[in-house]
Amino acid sequence: MIRVQREDFDTGAEMSALARGHSGIGGIASFVGVVRAGAAAERITAMTLEHYPGMTERALAAIEAEARRRWPLEASLIIHRFGRLEPGERIVLVITAASHRAAAFAACEFLVDWLKTKAPFWKLEETATGSRWVEAHDSDDEAAKRWIAE
Amino acid sequence: MRLLYFAWLRTRIGTAEETVEPPADVRTVAALVEWLKSRGPNFAEALKTQKLVRVAVNQEYVGYDHPLAPGDEVALFPPVTGG
Repeated sequence: MIRVQREDFDTGAEMSALARGHSGIGGIASFVGVVRAGAAAERITAMTLEHYPGMTERALAAIEAEARRRWPLEASLIIHRFGRLEPGERIVLVITAASHRAAAFAACEFLVDWLKTKAPFWKLEETATGSRWVEAHDSDDEAAKRWIAE
Repeated sequence: MRLLYFAWLRTRIGTAEETVEPPADVRTVAALVEWLKSRGPNFAEALKTQKLVRVAVNQEYVGYDHPLAPGDEVALFPPVTGG
């Protein structure tokens, strides 16, 4: 299941709702991405996430389908927010549930790595001196690539 | 053909969306980008570094050799930063 929304989410409530009715679940892994304020010299005051409505949903659904092809998941959820967020606010939630922990952990990490490089979002950071677009990091590409051979 | 621009490509070009009719010889993404660059200094500046300009056609990532059809939705944007 995927959702793209402006509103915040309740991690515990989402986890409970996802697991409900799945008696085969033995472990649930989750990841919550949060807006980081950063070091004092460049402290950000807000981050605005822009996205591509339509394509974002398709890309997230494709990433989730790939995870479910690779691991035997009982249930999965991706929620990605857009709009203006302040430091400490939640950006993204990934939950994976499986009968055993190994699949849940691996699929969760895979989903977060692929979100970084494949989901059409762009981040505009505001600081005291102005705003700047966050550049894609080579380290994110490397993190995403290590799953390709598997 | 419907064109969409995102993030700093949108701000540098100065519009989020437009409908264009490129010349008949514009049959690939590469040719479209070259034609767009000729439309003004804002386009030339925004599109000057190819590796920073990613493309989706009909909401799927494609390469520069991807063919184009008149009714396509083509989006140009910088490398994505999700998560």
